[in-house]
Amino acid sequence: MEHEVQRVRQAFLSGRSRPLRFRLQQLEALRRMVQEREKDILAAIGSDLCKSEFNAYSQEVIAVLGEIDFMLENLPEWITAKPVKKNLLTMLDEAYLQPQPLGVVLIIGAWNYPFVLTIQPLIGAIAAGNAVIIKPSELSENTATILAKLLPQYLDQDLYIVINGGVEETTELLKQRFDHILYTGNTTVGKIVMEAAAKHLTPVTLELGGKSPCYIDKDCDLDIVCRRITWGKYMNCGQTCIAPDYILCEASLQNQIVQKIKETVKEFYGENVKESPDYERIINHRHFKRILSLLEGQKIAFGGETDEATRYIAPTVLTDVDPKTKVMQEEIFGPVLPIVPVKNVDEAINFINEREKPLALYVFSHNHKLIKRMIDETSSGGVTGNDVIMHFMLNSFPFGGVGSSGMGAYHGKHTFDTFSHQRPCLLKSLKREGANKLRYPPNSQSKVYWGKFFLLKRFNKEKLGLLLLTFLGIVAAVLVKAEYY
Amino acid sequence: MKDGTDPFEDTLRRLREAFHSGCTRPAAFRAEQLQALGRFLQENKQLLHDALAQDLHKSAFDSDISELIICQNEINLALKNLQAWMKDTPASTNLFTKLDSAFVRKEPFGLVLIIAPWNYPINLTLVPLVGALAAGNCVVLKPSEISQGTEKILAEVLPRYLDQSCFAVVLGGPEETGQLLKHKFDYIFFTGSPRVGKIVMTAAAKHLTPVTLELGGKNPCYVDDNCDPQIVANRVAWFRYFNAGQTCVAPDYLLCSPEMQERLLPALQSAITRFYGDDPQSSPNLGRIINQKQFQRLRALLGCGRVAIGGQSDECDRYIAPTVLVDVQEMEPVMQEEIFGPILPIMNVQGMDEAIEFINRREKPLALYAFSNSSQVVNQMLERTSSGSFGGNDGFIYMTLPSLPLGGVGHSGTGRYHGKFTFDTFSHHRACLLCPAGLEELNNIRYPPYSHSMQELVRWALGSHSCTLL
Repeated sequence: MEHEVQRVRQAFLSGRSRPLRFRLQQLEALRRMVQEREKDILAAIGSDLCKSEFNAYSQEVIAVLGEIDFMLENLPEWITAKPVKKNLLTMLDEAYLQPQPLGVVLIIGAWNYPFVLTIQPLIGAIAAGNAVIIKPSELSENTATILAKLLPQYLDQDLYIVINGGVEETTELLKQRFDHILYTGNTTVGKIVMEAAAKHLTPVTLELGGKSPCYIDKDCDLDIVCRRITWGKYMNCGQTCIAPDYILCEASLQNQIVQKIKETVKEFYGENVKESPDYERIINHRHFKRILSLLEGQKIAFGGETDEATRYIAPTVLTDVDPKTKVMQEEIFGPVLPIVPVKNVDEAINFINEREKPLALYVFSHNHKLIKRMIDETSSGGVTGNDVIMHFMLNSFPFGGVGSSGMGAYHGKHTFDTFSHQRPCLLKSLKREGANKLRYPPNSQSKVYWGKFFLLKRFNKEKLGLLLLTFLGIVAAVLVKAEYY
Repeated sequence: MKDGTDPFEDTLRRLREAFHSGCTRPAAFRAEQLQALGRFLQENKQLLHDALAQDLHKSAFDSDISELIICQNEINLALKNLQAWMKDTPASTNLFTKLDSAFVRKEPFGLVLIIAPWNYPINLTLVPLVGALAAGNCVVLKPSEISQGTEKILAEVLPRYLDQSCFAVVLGGPEETGQLLKHKFDYIFFTGSPRVGKIVMTAAAKHLTPVTLELGGKNPCYVDDNCDPQIVANRVAWFRYFNAGQTCVAPDYLLCSPEMQERLLPALQSAITRFYGDDPQSSPNLGRIINQKQFQRLRALLGCGRVAIGGQSDECDRYIAPTVLVDVQEMEPVMQEEIFGPILPIMNVQGMDEAIEFINRREKPLALYAFSNSSQVVNQMLERTSSGSFGGNDGFIYMTLPSLPLGGVGHSGTGRYHGKFTFDTFSHHRACLLCPAGLEELNNIRYPPYSHSMQELVRWALGSHSCTLL
């Protein structure tokens, strides 16, 4: 393990990954990989999650292609130095922020969207000029295997490597030193990753999870609301970090909600959901059993059918759920939707705030003021109002959590920034040493005055011409010198 | 602590409750706190000058330019821009979200902890505080117990100015700080050494608390053969010996050719005499070492290499003369730890490439300096190394620019602040998308079942155009 990481570090130190041309080339190669080997990639994702080709394409591959194109288009601009506002003291100097790669970054992927959650961060890491070690989730075996097979065929084999393995290998890997770690997964392992990173003072981006609440107001079109929620909840069989985890609404709405979700499920997946090509399966038996245990003692309004052999769990809705029961204690990550009745929006807000900050928050209402209030009085990674999931789709948005749902963010330019060091630079010349007399000891009262003048005022080009300023500087230096010598 | 009660429990609970009440959110409250902070600085100027003189033998001028004025600037900047900083930032939408309202909200994290060091005890405590307050957080401040004079003022006088239901100062040494760190905070801002930085980050990991760590390292200063030695000596000496070298961004050691060293030594002596006189110990402009422990540590470093300039010390006064060491070996202690004192070792290299190689073999520093008449040399140094920040042909004068953030990379730290960057550091950037409640027909394309023709349509629509539509 140490040997592998060393090899990648040596490759980074060679400087190969830094020129713009190289980064663009690698991104283009990645794009070719996705296009040429699409069938293999879709098949791998498909067999891991029982996902149709179309779903794998529309949920994962499209996002990857979009991200690559976005990078290719904007990277030339992003890697340039950005000048910053100067003050009187530095007006004749160059002051800017220069983005630089961090070095060797580690990306630990997740199993629920095994392709995009590994490749999207990779795209930004390459764009920022780093070397990358990718550790796909071992639970999505086929995707892990295909990534290990395909990436070396298209990308630089020393700069970007795939390391596969389970808990033991990952623990070994985390002992090594990296310049940034991006981890997608659960809270428990997130803490382990950060603790390991702390030993090397490695910065981390943690994309974790939580229970994303979904508040449905009385004042809304329940037909539309339930369609949108059904789509977001049952996609990928509920195994989405930003799926609406549970519903909060007034008790009187419960029955209607159940009815409409039931109808929508039928519309989306047919009479026999098990036979729909668009409905996925639970990733493995351990999670299957875990989700099953959440149903114990609950009022199943509809759904609840399971088949262990195929790891099938039907789209399920629970009503009158007691907040103290198991299903409300952990992130569900499955096709089970509890409805917790609340008296009103006040109670909903208190309910949400009593719990850990979630990755996403959803609120459905025609009342804009109510939506605003929900947002104002709660906290979460992100918010979508009157829909679910969609804030994930905008790559101009930073995507990340807060509190136990995570730290840091990525997508689009935010990935580039995450994997870069924006280095502040101030370049002066060795001339005009006279002006520095102001700051050198021994000090005098007039120096204090002029020091304050230059430090307290902001340089505003419109107000003072360059000439006047230079004149002032010379006058100040002369005055001080005259007084002193 | 021995009787098992947690001294911080009540304070933290109180502050958390205050945060939940929402009192720190309105702009008016935040502005009021910032104004009060400004009054604290103005009304207690003499007290602060005295405390800084007591702790670090800082002259009033040095206290003003390196601590008080900087804090005042930050307060003014925050007050002037608070509304703009707090505003939601619109985000650009794509084809599928054109009809939506997309913006990023800046929200306070909640209860934040600021752990401050002793070397610039006002600056490095209050500048983070300005950002934390501006961002709407409740703040726990843990000033350094080593700068005792300023600790006293921060503990006794500062709270009188701020709303004490939302702000608290806690005191103590390493043991108390360890206990404090067992609690959950929503953000931790730490300035100090890498060793303690690791302890802070490990403690933060248990609660998944995000951190900013402003650490340190050995800041290299490369002096090219092509330059005016006196000008370079002036600039390097001033930044090295300011605050008796106890500055995280001070040039730690010099890299230059033996020929350049010959020219620099008399120039450095000349600069030192000019700044501090023939008897630097009697100059009011030279600081003192903070305490005995640091003094003893630094005195031991005087034994490394050969003393070319200075080398005197006075234990009673905690005085160490502005010193330059030559013939230093890389493995000696003075080249192994961050010096943090008025000692400047010179290492010889044969040109820029060797200097870059030397620098890149070591941990990434907080600052890096390069002096040369040739802008090519300066740019090469910049491009081929990494560091928190970079100064060409001068020392850390960039600290006066709030538009340039201060922060490390690698062992010198993570995160950054100053000006708006502090506000952003202490804010959670929350992505918000408000979709239309109606227009459901537009969404039909995303719902199953996906007929074959629908699949083809989607593939065509998304595949043939640039995927940046997404």
